[in-house]
Amino acid sequence: MQGWAWEQAGDSEGEGRLNIAILSGKGGTGKTTISTNLSVITGANYIDCDVEEPNGFIFLKPSQIKREEVKVDYPVVDSSRCTLCGQCAKVCQFHALVRTKKDIMLFEKLCHGCHACGIVCKQIALTFEKREIGIIEEGRYGNLICRRGILNVGEPMAVPVIKKLLKNLPTGINLIDCAPGTSCNVVNSLQYADGAILVTEPSSFGFHDLKMAVQLVRSFNLPFGVVINKHITEDDRIQKYCERENIEILGVIPYRRKAAEVYSSGKMIVELPEYKEIFEEIAERLREVFPWNLQ
Amino acid sequence: MELTVISGKGGTGKTTIALALSELVKDAVKADCDVDAPNLYLFYDGRDIRKEYFYGEKKAVIDKKFCSGCNECEKVCQFDAIKDSKVDFFKCEGCGACILVCPHNAISLKEKKTADVYITQTDKGIISRAQMEVGSEGSGKLITMLRSNARNFSDENTLIIIDGSPGIGCPVISSITGSDAVLIVTEPTQSGLEDFMRVMELCRHFGVLTLACINKYDINEKVSEEVESFCRENDIYLIGKIPYDDTVMKSINELKPIVYYEDSKANNAIRKMWDNICEHINC
Amino acid sequence: MKIAVSSMSKDLNSMLDVRFGRCNYFVIYDTEEGLVKTIENKGQMSGGGAGIAAAQQIIDEDVDVVITGNMGPNAFNLFKNSDIKVYRCGSIKVETAVQLFKEGKLEELTQAGPAHAGMGMGTGRRFRGGR
Repeated sequence: MQGWAWEQAGDSEGEGRLNIAILSGKGGTGKTTISTNLSVITGANYIDCDVEEPNGFIFLKPSQIKREEVKVDYPVVDSSRCTLCGQCAKVCQFHALVRTKKDIMLFEKLCHGCHACGIVCKQIALTFEKREIGIIEEGRYGNLICRRGILNVGEPMAVPVIKKLLKNLPTGINLIDCAPGTSCNVVNSLQYADGAILVTEPSSFGFHDLKMAVQLVRSFNLPFGVVINKHITEDDRIQKYCERENIEILGVIPYRRKAAEVYSSGKMIVELPEYKEIFEEIAERLREVFPWNLQ
Repeated sequence: MELTVISGKGGTGKTTIALALSELVKDAVKADCDVDAPNLYLFYDGRDIRKEYFYGEKKAVIDKKFCSGCNECEKVCQFDAIKDSKVDFFKCEGCGACILVCPHNAISLKEKKTADVYITQTDKGIISRAQMEVGSEGSGKLITMLRSNARNFSDENTLIIIDGSPGIGCPVISSITGSDAVLIVTEPTQSGLEDFMRVMELCRHFGVLTLACINKYDINEKVSEEVESFCRENDIYLIGKIPYDDTVMKSINELKPIVYYEDSKANNAIRKMWDNICEHINC
Repeated sequence: MKIAVSSMSKDLNSMLDVRFGRCNYFVIYDTEEGLVKTIENKGQMSGGGAGIAAAQQIIDEDVDVVITGNMGPNAFNLFKNSDIKVYRCGSIKVETAVQLFKEGKLEELTQAGPAHAGMGMGTGRRFRGGR
């Protein structure tokens, strides 16, 4: 990551908002640890976008929680107009509709809400209603806004929850804690990002998956930097790779059993002085590259 | 005989354990269904004996020759995937609604390649795996193909170990349906416990025989106890408790399965767990 | 009556495929005409909802009886709703499966099986069709 690229980053919509996505190739590298602790140190808002397994609130424990439902469309058949021609079932790419011998049956969890069935119905027998697939929760940790999306268990599609979560983010700096991996959920989160922090760990897994994450953020032309978590001193593969690729390392967080224990009881690791200092250094590097006034 | 190993949350050690278990059985076939982070093959000097393209998604494609720029497609797209008669592949969900309204038949749904699917031969058995294109979604269809490829290289006596994806979504569902048993690998952390509850609910939904093990249990014996009570209250057989062991990190860095480190506490606990699993299911 | 059997291959001599949603073919035997028709299962190609895609084909072919190994709640409820009976059978020749059915030796499925559920959970919303 060249310095100039970071300077140009930020506030692409001129709305007083800077969104930084935190992602990693594999799960368990420490995205949530880094996002939550960095939020506390910098005073940035925390947005938990891992809607299948949102863990950030365990550590921040925000108060004054407000909830909002996330709803998606599904088709409803007017039986007085339906002739059972079956065109709706035929046109549905997701097999959500079936024409049985006596009625039209809907499998709502497969429905993407695309309205193709409504378009094709010549009897105008289809209308659309809404059903809930998840919720958005928002609360406060001191002055910070904490927001998260939760997908209901058994629901296969997370994207509508992610979209609702990331539309109309608060002003200021938002740290977006993404889902692990480089799949569709992460791609949808990156649509709203101005920059990214890639979290990795110095193992073959971490390294292998870091490269996939790098490919992804580059395809979005996002300025980004790397944080190496759970670092053990003998292994410098990742540093060498970042040097070769001209990628900036924002921080290196050492692996300590003590930190793992603090994490396991749901506490913030910046309560440990050694870690507080490390996070303050990461925040300092971020301040250097983003033209924003972090607290 | 298929055993699926899942975790709910990432980083609990699912792959380490799935790998270890597969090493304890001669010529076990491994299906790496953790397609967003397929790491199993890194442990082997394997040779890819088969490679095929997997087309997992359909995307709308507008033929400029016939497009008049009327924007009817843009109006009807529920996903904001069309702008100025151009389709954004990332946003397009392949629903085909645009095709229905195009007055010039200028749009069609084209299959898009989303992964490379491999059969990798190693000296310890076959690995069925996929390498996703960045930004692509693993789907039930892909997981099914990986499992089917694994089955093609097995007979009734082979054990297939499926390394599942983290989370509770679509690919996880496909990793567990039809499996003979599911082993949930969890860790004694608050996050781990919450995610364990969610993934257990998923297994319950599908009525699959569910076993659980706590990895690194001595990191927090208090939360470990909570996990144990939760298992008891929900009739889940807690089939193993693996202690925290620095050797595991070493084994990952040396790319050698933990079962080869004789003095490792984790190794011994996993071997004991495997004996327990065998008593529970027919393997 | 028309009997559909989930099959590994294309004719009466093929082995029965115990999977319903992702089997290779359906061999459809018409007892009145003594005719055999084979269709390729569209469920195989589906990202999700394989059982549903397969069931829709069966319904469209006016089948009365399905013989298969395992079936999840989605497909099962669809058949129940359409008064199509489902019988369970193991991995034997399609021809033999049909024979066993005729002799009344196959077990009828009265409840959806576990595990193969996939998405949708068989709790489809029903909209009665009309005129």
